[in-house]
Amino acid sequence: MLDATPHALDARIPDGPLEDKWQAHRASVKLVAPNNRRKYTIIVVGSGLAGAAAAATLGGLGYRVLCLCYQDSPRRAHSIAAQGGINAAKNYQNDGDSVRRLFHDTIKGGDFRSREANVHRLAEVSNQIIDHCVAIGVPFAREYGGMLDNRSFGGAQVSRTFYARGQTGQQLLLGAYSQLNREIAAGTVTMITRAEMLDLVVVKDADGVGHAKGIVTRDLVTGEMRSHAGDAVVLATGGYSNVFYLSTNAIGCNATAIWRAHKRGAGFANPCYTQIHPTCIPRHGADQSKLTLMSESLRNDGRIWAPKRTEDCGKDPADIPEADRDYYLERKYPSFGNLAPRDIASRAAKQVCDEGRGVGPAVEGQRRGVYLDFTDSIRRLGGEAMSDRYGNLFTMYRSITDEDAYTRPMRIYPAAHYTMGGLWVDYNLMSDVPGLFVIGEANFSDHGANRLGASALMQGLADGYFVLPATICDYLARTGAGAPQTDDPAFAAVRHDVESRIDRLLSGGGKRSARQMHKALGEVMWDKCGMSRNAGGLGEALQRIPELRAEFWSDLRVPGSGAEMNAELERAGRVADFLELSELMCRDALAREESCGGHFREEHQTEDGEARRDDARFAHVAVWRHRGEDAAPERLTEPLHFEAIALATRSYK
Amino acid sequence: MNFTLHVWRQNGPADPGGFETHPMRDIDAGLSFLEMLDLLNERLVAEGASPIAFDHDCREGICGMCSLTINGAPHGGEAGLTVCQLHMHRFRDGDEITVEPFRAGPFPPLRDLAVDRSAMEAIQQAGGFVSIRPGEAPDANTIPVRRATAEAAMDAAACIGCGACIAACPNASAMLFTAAKLAQLNSLPQGAVERDWRTLAMVGAMDAQGFGGCTNHGECEAVCPKGVTLDVIARMNRDYARAATRKILGAGI
Repeated sequence: MLDATPHALDARIPDGPLEDKWQAHRASVKLVAPNNRRKYTIIVVGSGLAGAAAAATLGGLGYRVLCLCYQDSPRRAHSIAAQGGINAAKNYQNDGDSVRRLFHDTIKGGDFRSREANVHRLAEVSNQIIDHCVAIGVPFAREYGGMLDNRSFGGAQVSRTFYARGQTGQQLLLGAYSQLNREIAAGTVTMITRAEMLDLVVVKDADGVGHAKGIVTRDLVTGEMRSHAGDAVVLATGGYSNVFYLSTNAIGCNATAIWRAHKRGAGFANPCYTQIHPTCIPRHGADQSKLTLMSESLRNDGRIWAPKRTEDCGKDPADIPEADRDYYLERKYPSFGNLAPRDIASRAAKQVCDEGRGVGPAVEGQRRGVYLDFTDSIRRLGGEAMSDRYGNLFTMYRSITDEDAYTRPMRIYPAAHYTMGGLWVDYNLMSDVPGLFVIGEANFSDHGANRLGASALMQGLADGYFVLPATICDYLARTGAGAPQTDDPAFAAVRHDVESRIDRLLSGGGKRSARQMHKALGEVMWDKCGMSRNAGGLGEALQRIPELRAEFWSDLRVPGSGAEMNAELERAGRVADFLELSELMCRDALAREESCGGHFREEHQTEDGEARRDDARFAHVAVWRHRGEDAAPERLTEPLHFEAIALATRSYK
Repeated sequence: MNFTLHVWRQNGPADPGGFETHPMRDIDAGLSFLEMLDLLNERLVAEGASPIAFDHDCREGICGMCSLTINGAPHGGEAGLTVCQLHMHRFRDGDEITVEPFRAGPFPPLRDLAVDRSAMEAIQQAGGFVSIRPGEAPDANTIPVRRATAEAAMDAAACIGCGACIAACPNASAMLFTAAKLAQLNSLPQGAVERDWRTLAMVGAMDAQGFGGCTNHGECEAVCPKGVTLDVIARMNRDYARAATRKILGAGI
């Protein structure tokens, strides 16, 4: 049953010239006066860059904020693992950067599948993010003159990436966390840790329109269920790369909050847009639990190559002479070279390995890896310069592989990393369930079909510090304070649903663990809906996933009870949702009969193997609406209009 | 590789707890320590036994969630590594390995290897921030910061808040953890404005949460997975002396 009344998809993009939209919109939204803000309660789910920044900023404005995370501290959200940096259009390097150029690069990088107005706003606020982060004590890298340093990232020909060694995400998150702490101390933010949102509560207003007015959570220590009511709900719960089982996400990253919200009425946009990051440490064996990313910034100083001949693949790389190496990115994309965007670099690595030219130990019979070689940079700049820039990454690589990247090229291979798809939101970051806002990776908004490096941190903080706090007031002012309380019957109904679901997970007397089921799903998704897709494979996945789901519910074993700390139960609930979301991803990938960004359909490629878009049929956002357990979801579209930038074939040659 | 694990089991805070022994056979040297625990848990689930509760999340050494004491050393005692980055190739075939939680008075046990570290949060909430709103700040390059100052601030800011320093200290002192945040914020011009009250507030919270004092054992520095060094404590003591003196003399802090 759908709780929200379906209504037309209106992105509510302000009128006027692109450059003026955001400022004009800010000046026209309804405001909540300072003395009235404390009458509103806003629930923020998730405490990564977007969630922590939003909770802290909304608290600072005077709203009552309830912030939740599943970890034992908000500082542990997976934004912490972002390494390389954050983009901004400061043009401190005087190398031709501008808001206009960052906007242009991001639209092009996303392969013309994002909204111009959103992306322009992102580029505009990027500079304020850097100002704010420096002011709160983020120790960005600096030059000897005391000014901020920049590095280059994929998909750009300017140096606009600000960084803090290889730990930029950590430092930005700790900055947002420090601001969150300030508000917790001030009493404006109530922080609840070790709690997981298991469902959204939608309450109908007098006109029968459903509004998001609360959530149901489970305490991960005691198992206690709790209902929380608020005037608005903000989901900042990250992406769903863990649908692939092996990904660079943290083990606990999950799609439950956004998937439950989807099933309560929120449209899910572009679920098939997933990013496979080109520079991860290759798989080492069958019992591996996750993959580890090596920052894309390494591509600034490393050259990617594979042996030209299959018979060289087992050799020590030092024994392969220069003439027998294929620096394939430099060869195929001479103007961007090793800094080609992520989707292109990933597919090129897959292609090389598909041709039998992969390196490193064979896993399940295949060598899946290419070299990332720092020899030239070490010769030019010295090992110390490499250590200053990437010391922690080289150390991490060594601890995992037992190999020294200063003397032997790193082995890398693509891995699932980020999801551009997510819940659909309008220009105010509100989903099509009124009162439900979605920020950061959890929404679909700004990256189109491919995200550029160092843009995730930018978007998370833009949403959290600057955009949401300036737009959520419009909804709050229009609806007025005074949310329903948790004794509203809608809460009891949702709680009942959540409790029966947990009972069902615990009742199975099967033989297989949730982890085994998750792994089986991941293999199907990586194989059929990963770096490259085709109609046949997607059709097979759409057959297989319902079977896996049936096996899950009939053969699952979850030990223990719901009234205790139970990691197996947590995982089972998350896997159950991945088993549903994965099907929507495949449906979306099948329906999008074109290649764009991270979505590569083998049927739609140029003669030299590049992605071929179909702007006539697919220059739109695909928005899926849930229509009940037994009905096929409905595919709606939001057309994309390109006025400032002409649609063009994306070339990095 | 083959190992014998002695794992601490404790079914909730009220249970006295004790060790349980599990043989591990044919373990791939490429597995991380936590992946080996995953395998053990899979086996326990299959046998109908209760799996071992332990905290973990990112598994790449940065979130600070994992908190195991291996053979008596927090994170296993390998320099620069959290336990999630500890791979089995660092052990010898046939090793007996003891696995315990991070033990410290202010870390009440939750279950098995998981403990409650919220006392550390209270220290950060007391003053680990700069008081400024988004949108107020001047252009980021308005105030130059010496490169060495920025680098030293980054060295301290690398702390992942895991609590290994506290678990390793015979006094359960949180001084390395507290001083790392103070060193970062107090040394940067942007944070120096609030140096005095921040230092008094965070040190006060540290004491109020029941963490002990520093008696210069240096165990904290030895186990810190991010290489935070003892000199931050010296700096904190100096900042504290300055702030306390100014307070006594009635100077505005």
